[in-house]
Amino acid sequence: MLAEILRRMTQAALVMVTMSVVVFLGVYAIGNPIELLVSPQADEAERLRATVALGLDQPLWAQYITFLRGALSGDLGRSFVFGIPALELILTKLPATIELAVVAMLMAVSLSIPLGLLAGLKPDSWIGRCIMTGSILGFSLPTFWVGLVLIMTFSVYLGWLPSGGRGETVIVAGLPFSFLTWDGLQHLIMPAFNLALFKLSLLTRLTRAQTREALLQDYVKFARAKGLRMTRVVGVHVLKNILIPIVTVVGLEFGGVIAFAIVTESIFAWPGTGKLLIDSINQLDRPVIVAYLLVIVTVFISINLVVDLLYSALDPRVRSSGPNGNLG
Amino acid sequence: MGIWADMSSSTAPWRVLIAEYAESRGALVGAALLLLTLMLAVLAPWIAPQNPYDLSQLDILNAKLSPGQVGVDGLVFLLGTDEQGRDLLSGILYGLRTSLWVGTLSTVLAVLWGLLMGLTAAYFGGWVDTAIMRVVDFQLSFPAILLALILLAIFGQGADKVVIALVAIQWALYARTVRASALVERQKDYIQAAQVLNLPPARILFKHLLPNCLPPLLVVATVQVAHAISLEATLSFFGLGLPITQPSLGLLISNGFNHLMSGRYWISFYPGLALLLTIMAINLVADRLRDILNPRLRK
Repeated sequence: MLAEILRRMTQAALVMVTMSVVVFLGVYAIGNPIELLVSPQADEAERLRATVALGLDQPLWAQYITFLRGALSGDLGRSFVFGIPALELILTKLPATIELAVVAMLMAVSLSIPLGLLAGLKPDSWIGRCIMTGSILGFSLPTFWVGLVLIMTFSVYLGWLPSGGRGETVIVAGLPFSFLTWDGLQHLIMPAFNLALFKLSLLTRLTRAQTREALLQDYVKFARAKGLRMTRVVGVHVLKNILIPIVTVVGLEFGGVIAFAIVTESIFAWPGTGKLLIDSINQLDRPVIVAYLLVIVTVFISINLVVDLLYSALDPRVRSSGPNGNLG
Repeated sequence: MGIWADMSSSTAPWRVLIAEYAESRGALVGAALLLLTLMLAVLAPWIAPQNPYDLSQLDILNAKLSPGQVGVDGLVFLLGTDEQGRDLLSGILYGLRTSLWVGTLSTVLAVLWGLLMGLTAAYFGGWVDTAIMRVVDFQLSFPAILLALILLAIFGQGADKVVIALVAIQWALYARTVRASALVERQKDYIQAAQVLNLPPARILFKHLLPNCLPPLLVVATVQVAHAISLEATLSFFGLGLPITQPSLGLLISNGFNHLMSGRYWISFYPGLALLLTIMAINLVADRLRDILNPRLRK
């Protein structure tokens, strides 16, 4: 186990370095941020001063070395726009994103398991068909458009829910949370549902497929032959066996949820890291883009590692060839 | 299943497939919808009331008309107009064209590249396999939307760049699918027979291995066309995809976002509906194809 963790950590470090080079080169090929940061009226001397102050006069490799040296001591550069350290900027926005993602994932899981079980147990009934058609609809709805329709319906026409922002927050352990206040909850529910919809469909379909395959297994037939009631067979035997793949997918998809939060956050003006990324891309705030990607890569690698370890702990048949793959 | 009983041995396989496909009503609706969408997209220049890209046909006096209103020159705007006085119905028809074209082209290119990579990895094995699959794993561990955003932030706007970005994020999935089925096929007798006959590797790869790896790939590809269209729309919505001169559905929706709060729902709503129906049609068809081609679900 320890050797496995060490091996994965080394791999992770390699991925991080590769990623930092690729992202650094890529991001630094996008236009000149000076054009956006210095007012158009500024004269040549002033532009030059700003360029030197941001270190943009150095050759690219020198900029990368400076960046790498800083990165190793936890300094990912300063945001051009806000003037504060990029890492700090991202870390202050991260709790909002995590809160949104966790609530969305909880919503998806708690709705999809009963729906999927139902559809799997009665695949040919009208309710089973309805659930499957509904899941295709949920799959097909583009996230950003659902967000717009939700705002249109619940904010503009009905006026029930606020269209954006995070609402009132409560500080718990130094971090602000929205779900603890009524106002915060009202702000949270639409973006969370928006983000959950895609995963909800995915998990419903997964649960259904797993249930259908489980029902054909010998242990189910045996349990039935023993005279156990169907509710017990499903609630204990089937559920236990389908939970392993579901836990795995939930874990792996969590990274995807954080990435897709980019879309949801931008539409609902949720002040998280995703909105920050889009704003930074539009303003060419390079240090923030690079820092965001490095933070996200770290988060993904940790999630994948934890899921793989959990998976081999849950299922002894899996050793060292863990699952991978996630197409948000 | 009933249809297997009355099938005589002489029935062509594709007829069996069609008969089985038609058993699901949802799948038939999907196929019809998809056909309709394709026809609308192809025929757009002839059936659209207006050429939405031709600025001389647009009149700013027609801006932001609600659905059904009549413009200054007597044209009825069935789905209303946007802020530049562009007929939304025409915009949607042309946008559908762009979206379908970008989605299909990128998927086809990604399938070809993924096929080549996957077959190469499976056939040669060893370090070639390791190298290719490392890149595949690396790519698949990141959500497509994130990679696409970054790639387009680097490349800039343009239909060609969107296609490149979509190919770059999609090929890995095909490479893995093809490699998996090719590894199974490679063990079978017909490949070993071909190797014993000393046929050149390229011939074995493309004539023998390739056709047998296609069915699972086709199912994945159908789903991915829908995925690609949705991604392109999302990117265009963020202003990172197609340029304003070539509006896709995503860009039309994005234009309407600014007018949503003032109750002008139609600028975003109808293009979104067209996008939804297109993606839904493709998914319905793909879903049925997967059920038919997956022998494990056959009773």
